[in-house]
Amino acid sequence: MSEAHAEHGAHPETSGATIAREGLWTNNPALVQMLGLCPLLAVTTSVVNALGLALATLIVLVGSNTSVSLIRGYVPPAARLPAFVLIIASYTTCVSLLMQAFAYELYLTVALFVQIIVTNCTILGRAEAFASRQPLLPSAYDGLMMGLGFGAVLVLLGGFRELLGTGVLFADMAQLFGPSAATWEITVVPAYRGFLLAVLPPGAFIGMGLLIAAKQYLDQRQ
Amino acid sequence: MSTFRTVMHNAMGLALFAAVTVGVIALTATFTGERIAAQEERVRQAALYEILEATTDADIDLEQRVSLNAAALGHREPREAVIARRNDRAVALIVPVRIPDGYGGPIEVLLGIEPDGRVAGVRVVAHRETPGLGNDIERRRSDWIDAFRGRGLDDPPLPQWTVRADGGEFDGFTGATITPRAIARGIGRALVWFEDDGRALLEEAR
Repeated sequence: MSEAHAEHGAHPETSGATIAREGLWTNNPALVQMLGLCPLLAVTTSVVNALGLALATLIVLVGSNTSVSLIRGYVPPAARLPAFVLIIASYTTCVSLLMQAFAYELYLTVALFVQIIVTNCTILGRAEAFASRQPLLPSAYDGLMMGLGFGAVLVLLGGFRELLGTGVLFADMAQLFGPSAATWEITVVPAYRGFLLAVLPPGAFIGMGLLIAAKQYLDQRQ
Repeated sequence: MSTFRTVMHNAMGLALFAAVTVGVIALTATFTGERIAAQEERVRQAALYEILEATTDADIDLEQRVSLNAAALGHREPREAVIARRNDRAVALIVPVRIPDGYGGPIEVLLGIEPDGRVAGVRVVAHRETPGLGNDIERRRSDWIDAFRGRGLDDPPLPQWTVRADGGEFDGFTGATITPRAIARGIGRALVWFEDDGRALLEEAR
C-alpha cells in the first residue's frame, strides 16, 4: 500500500502547488500512506505532546530531504540507503539534544518517540522517492509539506483525544512555549469526569479511523 | 577484482559520511551539553525545594551528597542521596526511589525522609502514566501527593500503605488504581528501607 503511494510521489510534475497538495492531502503521510503510525498513535494523548513530536518530525524531514537532495549526485546506488539512514539518524539525535536543551519537561514525556523518529518510514520514504531524484528547493519544500501534513494529523488527533478524554484543551503548553503559555489552557467542559477510553490506546485507533473516514468522505463528495 | 574495488569505494565513502554526521552530532552535543545539564539540575533542584517547602538558598543547604546503593529502592546501580541541612542540622534525607510497577512503566520519585522516619515530602520526577488519569500524581496537576507529608510507618502501619480500594489509607483516582497504589506502596517500602539502612546515612552526616 505505502509503496504504491511512494511511487506516486515521484512523478515528474513537481510544481509547488502539486507538492503542497500531495503532502497535505492526496498523499498525506498519516492519512493516506499510513506511515509513522506507532509514534502517532502513542503520543497523541494531548495537543502539547502531539505538537512536540510534530515539530521534531518536521525538522528531521526537512533536514533529511535537503541533505539527501544535496548528495544525490555523489552517492552510489549500493551505498544509498545506509547513507540516508545515517543522515536521518544524525538529524534525529540533534533534534532530541535540542529538545532536551530547550523543552526539557516535554522531552521527558515524549523522549522515546522522538528517538524513534529515525525509524519513521515517512522520512526514509521521502528521501528515497523524492529527495534523491529532485533538486534542493523542491526537496526541502516536499519535506516541509509532508511534515506539515503529518503534524496536522498529530495535532488534530491530540486535540480530539485531549478534549474527549479530559474536557480540556491546550493543557501544559508551557512545556513547549515557555511560562507565558501556561494560561492557554481552555476548560471546554467544566467539571468533566473524564472519558478514559479516549486517552488510552483504543482511543487513538478509533480517532485515527474517524479521521481517515472523514477524509474519504470529503474526497468522495467531490 | 572490480567488485572488490566497488565495495571498497562504497565503504570508504560511507565511512567518510559517518565521520561527517558524527561530527555534526558532536557539535550539537557540545553546543547543548551545558544547557541540558542546567535543565536537569533545575528540575531536580525545584523538586528538592518543593519537598522541603523551602524557597531560597539561604533557608536550606542541599550541598551534601552521599552515594546510595540500595536495591530496596529499586535501583540497579549506585545513585545519589541529598542530605538537607537547616541551620547546620541535618533535617532530611532525600532519596530517589524507582517504583517499578506503575501502569506505564517505572515511576521515578524523590522522597524526603525526616530523621524520625516521617515523610517530609514527595515529588514525582519522571513517569509514563496515562495523561488525564494517572498523571494526577504530578503536584502541578493535583495536591494528591501531599497526602503523604508527615506520615510514617506508625501512621498508618505498613499493610495500610496502599489505596483505600485495597483496604489502605490513601485515596485512589477515579478510573485509575494502579498508579496511586504503586506510589503508596513504593513509599511505604522506602520507609522500611530507611528504618533498616537509611537512618544510618543521615546519622553519619550529622
